[in-house]
Amino acid sequence: MPISNHARTLVLTASLSLLSLYVLPLWRIDLLAPQYPEGLGMVIRANTIVGRSPNDLQTINDLNHYIGMKTIDPGAVPELRIMPYAIALIVLLGVGAALSRKRWAITAWLGLFAVAGLAGMVQFWRWGYDYGHNLAADAIIKVPGMAYQPPLIGTKQLLNFTASSWPAQGGFVAGAAFIAGAVAVWLSGHEARVAARS
Amino acid sequence: MKISRQTIAGAVAIAAAGALLFACQTTQPKTQSSLVGGDAAQRVYVAPGSYDEFYAFLSGGFSGQIAVYGLPSGRLIKVIPVFSQNPESAWGYAEETKPMLMTSYGFIPWDDSHHPELSMTDGVPDGRWIFINGNNTPRIARIDLTTMTTTEIIQLPNSAGGHASPFTTPDSKYVVSATRFSVPIPNADVPIASYKDNFRGTLSFVTADQPGKMDIAFQILMPGFDYDLGHAGKGPSDGWFFFTSYNSEQANTKLEVNASQNDKDFIAAVNYKQAEQCVAAGKTRTFPSRYAHNVMDENTHTATSTMMTSVKMLDPRDCPGAVYYLPTPKSPHGVDVDPTGEYIVAGGKLATVIPVHSFTKMQKAIADKAFEKEIAGIPVLTYEAVMAGEVQKPGLGPLHTEFDGKGYAYTSMFISSEVVKWKLGTWEVVDRAPTYYSIGHLMIPGGDSKKPWGKYLVAMNKITKDRYLPTGPELFQSAQLYDISGDKMKLLLDFPTIGEPHYAQALPASMIKDKQVKFYSLAGNTNKWVTRSEAEGGITRSGKRVDIKMIAIRSHFAPDNIEGVQVGDTVYFHVTNIEQDWDIMHGFAVLGAENSELILAPGETRTMRWMPAAPGVYPFYCTDFCSALHQEMQGYVRVSPAGSNVALMANISKKAESQMSAPKAPTKK
Repeated sequence: MPISNHARTLVLTASLSLLSLYVLPLWRIDLLAPQYPEGLGMVIRANTIVGRSPNDLQTINDLNHYIGMKTIDPGAVPELRIMPYAIALIVLLGVGAALSRKRWAITAWLGLFAVAGLAGMVQFWRWGYDYGHNLAADAIIKVPGMAYQPPLIGTKQLLNFTASSWPAQGGFVAGAAFIAGAVAVWLSGHEARVAARS
Repeated sequence: MKISRQTIAGAVAIAAAGALLFACQTTQPKTQSSLVGGDAAQRVYVAPGSYDEFYAFLSGGFSGQIAVYGLPSGRLIKVIPVFSQNPESAWGYAEETKPMLMTSYGFIPWDDSHHPELSMTDGVPDGRWIFINGNNTPRIARIDLTTMTTTEIIQLPNSAGGHASPFTTPDSKYVVSATRFSVPIPNADVPIASYKDNFRGTLSFVTADQPGKMDIAFQILMPGFDYDLGHAGKGPSDGWFFFTSYNSEQANTKLEVNASQNDKDFIAAVNYKQAEQCVAAGKTRTFPSRYAHNVMDENTHTATSTMMTSVKMLDPRDCPGAVYYLPTPKSPHGVDVDPTGEYIVAGGKLATVIPVHSFTKMQKAIADKAFEKEIAGIPVLTYEAVMAGEVQKPGLGPLHTEFDGKGYAYTSMFISSEVVKWKLGTWEVVDRAPTYYSIGHLMIPGGDSKKPWGKYLVAMNKITKDRYLPTGPELFQSAQLYDISGDKMKLLLDFPTIGEPHYAQALPASMIKDKQVKFYSLAGNTNKWVTRSEAEGGITRSGKRVDIKMIAIRSHFAPDNIEGVQVGDTVYFHVTNIEQDWDIMHGFAVLGAENSELILAPGETRTMRWMPAAPGVYPFYCTDFCSALHQEMQGYVRVSPAGSNVALMANISKKAESQMSAPKAPTKK
């Protein structure tokens, strides 16, 4: 049977809401230290990384050179070139699946969404691992056994900095869209089972 | 009972000692405990992490600078270099800053700065700029209140002793100045005793509302009196300016006695709108005059000095209605206009009253032509016709008056060392507070504006003596902070000040605190020798001139190994601090330079000149603790004998190396 209007609207709304990811930031990393009462931060957008305040990214790179961390250059992160297309694909497939009213379509779309999201998080973790562990051999400050991988999500103390990593507005929108999609899939499955029993 | 002689002698001795002690105590001065409010400590304590309520700007007097204090804590938070060289910050030492101190007399490394004046809009301080005068070489400086740096200085020609300066009109269209010392105008070789015939004074109206474009709109030639202080009218008296003058006796020697003879001197009342009309109608003379106009450009970080060649000079005889004299007892010092603009209060420093003129009565006296005489074509109004009232027996030596906006005036009394509070309109004294000691000027935030903020009063004194731990024969000047929010003044705090504050201004911290520039934009830096990255650094030679372009960043200079300099060269280090982060300064100093250090704000470029005199290797280093590895922030310059073949070398990236000029002779290591 075709999916109900509720399920269709949910998938449609969820897909279209992902368009906001072109405008809203996806993720944020914030740094607090005693000599930075005003704080520093990075904001990850679909196609770039910028500082929370202008010049924050340059300041973070300047500070990172003491511990031998690579310079964070948005141009050198391939995911930032792929993500805008990936978002477009998920939006279009979602709209298509919703309009097709086919249960397998929206389920497949949800699966693709989950894979994309998971892949994004895995890449983010690997990027954090690479930058945090592969430090320059002649780093000025060497703390034995210390690595500077930022938390994937949450808060962690890195020398004099308290680093926090959390979704930004776009991240929350994507999360809400996924939940809406999951509800739609469950709803359509539930309706199908109810229909099969009757 | 038998009382022995010893007992009687002892009792008399004890009684005598007791009587003496009692007598001594009654002649002790009153203690300060009644004056100091009970919660004074709490009122002036600014807890760690909190901020003061007001920025206060106090003139440095003979230091030539402006000092910034927080109120109510009285803490010194900055000294802004204005007219005096400051080796700590390279003001007047770094090549880019030297033009700021140029004058028609040449480069002058010092002045005497007296009166800070905040820029105003609608008669109220607006937080854009603060102006201050140079007394010895008459000049007016503009300080930008978002960077707290001196950005413009204009010299005043045909002037000696720029004391009555600078005072702003309510819209800061003009800042106005008057001369203390009369001299021949134009200056000439004449006998000093010919003062009465040859010596004149001038008033200068300087347009000030456009940064970088200060200009003398016109000068007014005045009789040879000493003009002391001034203030603009406001409200109904907007369009008028008032200057006190003393030495109407026109003495040129032993003024102490000879200028104190006349019972009354004058306040010059200037209708500058009338003067503007006369200027526009071409009634001025173009007076050849040489004076410097110096501007610091925030983007090039470089100052330029332009020598101007003439001013428009107006003679009051050619402009009836522009200037009047109001008789004022006796050698008056301060002239202060109350917030309503109606009352013009004079501090007659030798007078036994505080005279107050009425603007309304002055207008009427002019209309009725109530003139007692004329001086050089300037009508002198009769005292009784313009007087609003006199504060009787206020104290000894009245100098300056400011207002709290609640109908009260506060006048400083130098000789009786006190502040006197009196009521406008009734002229009665309602309170007195001693100052420690011999107060000169007092300041209430906004106290000379249309809407005083009130709350506090700062007394700036001339005698310090025992107020603080003594420090040899020369002591810092003392200042006291009073609470004037109630009926009676309460002493809150005693704090020392740098130089000698003559005058001060204050505004609420909230007006400018969040507008402070945190660093200069490196992308916007258009200094001729800016170095934005390591690759742009290097060394070039042009005859005996060598230019080294260098960056400073935590924690290294680049280049930091430099060779090819020779004895007899004039070397310019152009250092750019390429940080773009708040409060990350770098310094630069090199061994053997007859110069100060450089201190660079983030994004700033500054140049130091060095003329090495002997061959050798000379270290340079960062002088401002910038980072954990500040101690590693250093470099070396190799100086070879004149005419040597050592190649120019600066250790930067390969790409930049190719941009260096090739040595003239074949290289030989």
